[in-house]
Amino acid sequence: MLCAPAIIVMIAVTAYPIGYSVYLSLLRADLRFPNDNEFVGLDNYVTVLSSSLWWNDVFHTVVIMVVSVALELVLGMLLALVMHRALFGRGLVRTSALIPYGIVTVVAAFAWRLAWSGTEGGFLAGIGPIPDDPLTDTFWTYVVVIGTEVWKTTPFMALLLLAGLALVSDELHEAARVDGANAWQRFWSITVPLMRPAILVALLFRTLDAFRIFDSAYIIGLNGTNPKIETVSILGYNQLLNRLNLGLGSAVSVLIFLMVMLIALVFIKGLGTSSPGAQSR
Amino acid sequence: MRSRLGSAVGAVVATAAVLAGCGGGDDGGRVTLNFWAYNEPSGSFRAAADRCTEQSDGRYRIAFNPLGNDPDTQRQSLVRRLAAKDSSIDIMSMDVIWTAEFAEAEWIKPWPEQFASKVREGTLEGPLQTATYEDELYAAPANSNTQLLWYRKDLVDGEPPRTWDKLIDTASEMEEGGQIEIQGAQYEGTTVLFNSLIQSAGGEILDGPDKVGLEQEPTQKAVDVMAKFGRSPAANPSLENQKEDQGRLAFEQGQAAFQVNYPFIYPSAKDGAPEIFKNLGWAEYPSVEEGGPSKAPIGGFNWGVGNYTEHPELAFEAATCLRSDENQRSFALDGGLPPTLEAIYDDPKFEEQYPFGDLIRRQLDDPGVRPASPLYADVSLAIYKTLSPFSDIDTDTVVDALRERVSNALKSQGLL
Repeated sequence: MLCAPAIIVMIAVTAYPIGYSVYLSLLRADLRFPNDNEFVGLDNYVTVLSSSLWWNDVFHTVVIMVVSVALELVLGMLLALVMHRALFGRGLVRTSALIPYGIVTVVAAFAWRLAWSGTEGGFLAGIGPIPDDPLTDTFWTYVVVIGTEVWKTTPFMALLLLAGLALVSDELHEAARVDGANAWQRFWSITVPLMRPAILVALLFRTLDAFRIFDSAYIIGLNGTNPKIETVSILGYNQLLNRLNLGLGSAVSVLIFLMVMLIALVFIKGLGTSSPGAQSR
Repeated sequence: MRSRLGSAVGAVVATAAVLAGCGGGDDGGRVTLNFWAYNEPSGSFRAAADRCTEQSDGRYRIAFNPLGNDPDTQRQSLVRRLAAKDSSIDIMSMDVIWTAEFAEAEWIKPWPEQFASKVREGTLEGPLQTATYEDELYAAPANSNTQLLWYRKDLVDGEPPRTWDKLIDTASEMEEGGQIEIQGAQYEGTTVLFNSLIQSAGGEILDGPDKVGLEQEPTQKAVDVMAKFGRSPAANPSLENQKEDQGRLAFEQGQAAFQVNYPFIYPSAKDGAPEIFKNLGWAEYPSVEEGGPSKAPIGGFNWGVGNYTEHPELAFEAATCLRSDENQRSFALDGGLPPTLEAIYDDPKFEEQYPFGDLIRRQLDDPGVRPASPLYADVSLAIYKTLSPFSDIDTDTVVDALRERVSNALKSQGLL
């Protein structure tokens, strides 16, 4: 009984909006014709899932997600090791590493866009292999979007990994060193297995975040006008806020939600099967 | 104890007064009207708001609330509030293409006869049409707009070519500045171009508010021009990201001998690129066929009055003031935006400061009006998503694809 207020709040802010979205996704609902709503069952889902646009955008999103999270894991681990080992100025290192994470995504995305855009006078355009207007080139647009994501969220990854590093006791390392293991062997056979839960949690958080990417892809894609970098969230935004088509837009949102659930499920299963002791030898 | 109570009461009263002031309601009999508008770069819209506030003899104050830079973001900001029945939108700047959608959704008030007759008086027919839906006036045309073909006299011999085909060929063969700046990003500008092309070739996008037009032959001709341009050396390498302002910049930087754009580029070149400005020439918008009508795009802003405003009478009055002769001249001379009042074009002094005024007025006699439909936004989305980037257009299949997508859009169906 005492937790009733908490449950009521949770229902009001989570369950109700989600339930309402699911309800809307079963309607033909357009804000411009508020009196013409009608129940259409799963029609909206059929429309979305049979549209090549949706699958293109899923592909774009997955590319961004996989590449950026992979890079973040590697860089985040390096950063975490640096922060862990730093003897001098530990506070300074940690603070400066965290600055990008403190910058608003929209601002960071604009900074990157303005640095790269040829038409907007970016200083990186045209240097070396970079084309005159990188933001019109599909490959380079992805480089910029993924770069923005990695730059901004690596500190977050590093912070989560740092917490995991703290769990690895120095005695194990010393024992391994006495046995003649080199630095790489110690990292790979001791640090990584012991950190596994922390790594998986960090990966889960970032993957879920990356799948819902909106701000940076929207801004670097010139306010959502570059179809080559349209992500599923931008697609949903277009249906909801450009077309005011609540039915189709909600169907897109619900599908994004389901895919996020799926990703989480895979990860949590992965987590469940890997308790730290079982894997390390 | 007493004095403490007194000061507490005083504080409450003061707080209440501050809150009332924040509410944007009436301060001392003066009503605050919220004007949501495109933040026209020269500041002439904001200046008009201040001027009308002064001229109202203290009856109302117009608070200027800037909207985004491109029409899509402007529409999103307004629509989001209007769909939630926001009473703080008293007056708004509406792109000419929104009238049907906003009227049908009952987001704007039709103009009562006493105000409507004042608006109709002396206003050009083309702009007036864009503000009318089902025979009722839903907005007051504040400025019109049309695109001209701008060119550099130092690079082009004599008159520029009249048709798109020849224009693309001429530019492609030029050694210096061989680009034509055109809007080609996935946004309204691509629909604007396509609408002019198809109408110039004798077709229509819609055959009535909810029926697909897109006749085979004119549609084919229109997409052929776009595909040819997209693959020619005359296209800016960033064509798929080019909007009006990017085109202006590229032209001012000397990359292009031609640009198809609105007259805001004239005051801009005057200030920003005096070398180019010296040789700046202008000509009628190109047509698809030799001797055919050019059907130049018509754009511009109409002032609409929000349906949920608490001060409709004053809002109509203020909106009328915001399009006065004086304000329209300032839009034209400072911002480059063509007036909607016929009398201004007849003024010799105006002609002197706005030398292409006559050409603009001629183009506005027979403009390429975009289709009026409550679902225009969806239709436009379907068109520009199908046609941009131009270089990817498959001319054999695109006409069918367009028909299918536009017909879906008219039924609020299909993912766009």
